[in-house]
Amino acid sequence: MTRESRTPVLEVRDLRIYYETPKGDVHAVDGISFVLYQGETLGLVGESGCGKSTAAMGILQLITPPGRIVSGQVLMDGVDLLKLDERTLRQMRWSRLALVPQGAMNSLNPTMRVHQQIEDVIRQHQTKTKTFDRSQLKPRILELLSWVGLPERVYDMYPHELSGGMKQRVCIAMAVALHPGVIIADESTSALDVVVQRVVAQTLLRVKADLGVSMIMIGHDMGLMAQMVDRIVVMYAGRIVEIATVEHAFRNPAHPYSQVLIDSVPTISERKPLKITEGITHDPRNPPHGCIFQLRCPFVMERCRREAPQRREIRPGQEVACHLYEQQPDGSYRDVRDTA
Amino acid sequence: MGRIPRQYLLRRLRIFILTIWASATLIWIIPRLAPGDPISAMVGQMSQAGGYVEGSEEIIEGFRARFGLDQPLPIQYLRYLLNLITLDFGYSIASFPTPVSQIIGQALPWTFGLLVLAMTITFLLGNALGALMIWTHTPHLIKVLIPLGMVFTSIPSILSGLFLLYIFAFILNWFPVQGAYALGIIPGLNLPFILSVIQHGTLPALAVILVNFGYWALGMRGMMITVQGEDYVQLARAKGLNPLYVLYRYMIRNAILPQITAFAITLGTLVSGQVLVEYIFGYQGMGKIIYDAILARDFAVIQGASFIVICMTAGAVMVVDLTYPLVDPRISHGGE
Ligand SMILES: Nc1ncnc2c1ncn2[C@@H]1O[C@H](COP(=O)(O)OP(=O)(O)O)[C@@H](O)[C@H]1O
Ligand SMILES: [Mg+2]
Repeated sequence: MTRESRTPVLEVRDLRIYYETPKGDVHAVDGISFVLYQGETLGLVGESGCGKSTAAMGILQLITPPGRIVSGQVLMDGVDLLKLDERTLRQMRWSRLALVPQGAMNSLNPTMRVHQQIEDVIRQHQTKTKTFDRSQLKPRILELLSWVGLPERVYDMYPHELSGGMKQRVCIAMAVALHPGVIIADESTSALDVVVQRVVAQTLLRVKADLGVSMIMIGHDMGLMAQMVDRIVVMYAGRIVEIATVEHAFRNPAHPYSQVLIDSVPTISERKPLKITEGITHDPRNPPHGCIFQLRCPFVMERCRREAPQRREIRPGQEVACHLYEQQPDGSYRDVRDTA
Repeated sequence: MGRIPRQYLLRRLRIFILTIWASATLIWIIPRLAPGDPISAMVGQMSQAGGYVEGSEEIIEGFRARFGLDQPLPIQYLRYLLNLITLDFGYSIASFPTPVSQIIGQALPWTFGLLVLAMTITFLLGNALGALMIWTHTPHLIKVLIPLGMVFTSIPSILSGLFLLYIFAFILNWFPVQGAYALGIIPGLNLPFILSVIQHGTLPALAVILVNFGYWALGMRGMMITVQGEDYVQLARAKGLNPLYVLYRYMIRNAILPQITAFAITLGTLVSGQVLVEYIFGYQGMGKIIYDAILARDFAVIQGASFIVICMTAGAVMVVDLTYPLVDPRISHGGE
C-alpha cells in the first residue's frame, strides 16, 4: 500500500484532556495529533500513567468529571465527534467506533447473561432497514461467539462463570457485532496470563484480517506490539514523542524515550542489564517548559529547556519530536550527536 | 439461578427453627432472672398504688397456679414451648383475661397494612432518589431538591410526626388526627371502611416515609458511586445504549443488591421499629400495644410481641437467603 493511497478513517487533532484536582489540572493528554488509516493497526504505547487510556476515552467521548476535554478535534469521515449532539453521538457509538476493554476486568455486567449483553447493543442500533427479531438474533449471537472461538453454552452464561480469556473474547465478539470501522482495544491483553494473552491477541488479529477494521491497540507489551501493529505511536506524559512504522520503531527508534522503551524488550540471545527507568518525574499538573522528556533525557541540551520540539518526519514512515534531529540544507535530517 | 435445591431449603429451615427456639428460650429466661416473679411484682405494684391489698397472699398464690408458676422450672419451660407452637402466649396481665394472642392478632394486621406499605414506598422512593442523585442525566433542579428533602431524616420521627399532624390535621384539616378508621364504620370489605382506613393511614405512612427515605437514598447513592466507576457501566455508555436503560439495567440493578438485604431485615424489625409513629397517631398496631405493655409491665404481651418480632426477622432473613440467588446470579445456594 503506497502512503498516498491510504484513506484516513480517524483523525485526532491537538486533543487536550485535563483532570481537575484540588491542586490544579493534571494535563493527562496535552495536545496529541495522529491519523488512523483504513485497515491499519496503530499501537499506542508508553508507560503507565502517560495518558493512553485518557486519549482512548477522549476519542470515544467517554470522559467524565473530573476529566474534561479542553480542546481539539476527533474527526471520523470529516465529522468532528466533539461537536455531535448526544443522540447522533449515541447512534454512532459502537456501530462505527467500538471498544475492547482491558482484559479480565469486570467489563461485563455481572447480573446479565452473555447473550443479553450482546443483544442489547444490537437491538439499540437496529435500523428500519436492518431489524432483528428474536429468531434471527440468537443465531447471529451464536455465530459471533463461535467466530471468536467460544462454545455455544457461553450464550446462556453469566460473566462470573467465564474465565478471563473467555470474557475477553465475549468482549471482542461484542465489539464486532455491528461491524464498526474502528475498534479501540485498551490493554485488552494485559492482566491475562501469557497463553491466554496470545489467544486473545490472535482473535484480535482475526478481527483485523477477516473484517478489515482499523484498530488502535493500547498496551505496554512491546513484544506483542511488534507482532500485531503496523505503526507505533509513542506517548510520554500526555504528548506524542514519536510515530513510526514497526520496522523503524524497533530497528532504529529515534526519540531517546522510544529507545528506552525498545531497549527494555528482553531477548534470549542477548541478555542486557535491566535498565532502570523511573516514572514520569515532573509534576503532571505543571509540565516543564520546553521538551517534555528533558528531566529524564540522557542527551538533554540547552535548547530542550527553551523550546518544545515540533514533530517532524525525519525519514519516510518516522516522525519524531526531538531536537537531536536537525534538518540539512538538502532537506534530510541528521542526528546532531553524530558530529559532536 | 433457577429452583431452590431441596437440601438447601431443608437446611435453611433448620437454621430458621433453631434461631427461633434459641430466642424463645432467651425470652423465657430473662424475666426469670429478675428477683421474684411477674405476679408478685404486679401485686406489689397494686399494693403500692392502692395501699394495702386485702388477702394479697391468696391472690398471688391463685395467680401463680393459674399461670403455672407453681410448677418446677423444666415443666414451665416445656409448657411454654408447647404453647408457643400453638401461638398461645397466655393471658395478658394488664387486661386479664384477654389472651395475648388475641391482642396481637388484632394489632398485627394494622401494623402490616400500614408499615409494610409505607416501608415499601420508602424503599422504592429512597432508592430511586439516591440513584437520581448520581445519574448524569438528572435535571439540576432535582439534584438540588433531593438533599433538601432529606432534612426530615435528621429530625426525630416524633417531631416530624407532630409536624405533619399539626399542618395537615389541625390547620388544614385534611386528615383525621387519631385512630386507624373512623368510629361508627363497620370494619369489613366495604368502600366507606376502606376509604376511612386510607384516610387514617396517610399521615402515619407519610411520617414513616419522610423520616426513613433519606437512609435508603444515602445508601443507594454510595452504591451508585461505586457502580458508576465500574468498567461495565463505561462499556455500556460506549455501546451507545439508551441512558435510561443503562441507568436501570446496568447501574441500579447492580447497586440495589445490598439494599435488598437491608430491606428484608428492616421488614422484620418494623413491628417494633415504628412504636413512636403509631403512638403519636393513635394507631392501634403492634407498636402501640408494645408501648402500652411496657408501661403496664405486661410481661405476657411483651413476651408474645417479642416472639412475633423474632419470627418475622428470622423469616425475612430466610426469605432473602433463599431468594438472593435469584437477584444476584453470582451467589449460589450453598454447596451447589
Ligand atoms: N479521575 C482522575 N482524576 C485525576 N487524575 C486522573 C484521573 N484519571 C487519570 N488521571 C491521571 O491522568 C494521567 C493519565 O492516566 P491514564 O490515561 O489512565 O494513563 P494510562 O492509560 O497511560 O496508564 C495519569 O497521570 C493519571 O494519574
Ligand atoms: Mg490505561
